[in-house]
Amino acid sequence: MMLETISSLLMVTGALFMLVAAVGILRFPDIYMRASASAKASTLGVGLSLAGMAFHFGVLEITVRSVAIIIFVVITTPIAAHLISRAAYTSGVKLWDKSVVDELHGKYDPETGDLSSRE
Amino acid sequence: MSMPQLVSAFTLPVLAAAFALTLIRLLRGPSLADAVVALDLMAIIVIGFASHYSVAMGEWVYLDVAVVIALIAFLATVAFAFYIRKRLG
Repeated sequence: MMLETISSLLMVTGALFMLVAAVGILRFPDIYMRASASAKASTLGVGLSLAGMAFHFGVLEITVRSVAIIIFVVITTPIAAHLISRAAYTSGVKLWDKSVVDELHGKYDPETGDLSSRE
Repeated sequence: MSMPQLVSAFTLPVLAAAFALTLIRLLRGPSLADAVVALDLMAIIVIGFASHYSVAMGEWVYLDVAVVIALIAFLATVAFAFYIRKRLG
């Protein structure tokens, strides 16, 4: 009964976090905010869902698979979001017009797409 | 109605709604990169859907689907990012 309550709570929270990610990707004004919102909320959502599933079944092989997926998603989702944001920046996607600071401004070469850390 | 069934009756429509909202962004996205971010989120929602569905069905084979999609989705996003960089010319 206790385990059932924990797993239900985890799965409901996970589903709601994935809904939050979807609302964020639909409502935010530019791609950098969208990538940030979707990466963070969906990682948490899928992690909670898989943890809830592991608690629900309580079998070793499912727990191992769930932990493997959670670790893989936690490692790869931020990398994917960073890669796609960087590709978008170098290919010239504009920031939101009310954005306050653009620290990469003037630090990349539009011809080759290379970023430099020099001033 | 038992508790896992009750939870699934709530979470599966929530995930379907999340999928639909992401699909709107995929179709609307101004740039190609927006569509790729939406595709990445859709893949993650499918992973979550597989886990919720296997709890609803009491059948854990669907978890293997989640493993495979988790592996493929990352490669797809990396390939798209590479393509967007290359398209600069």
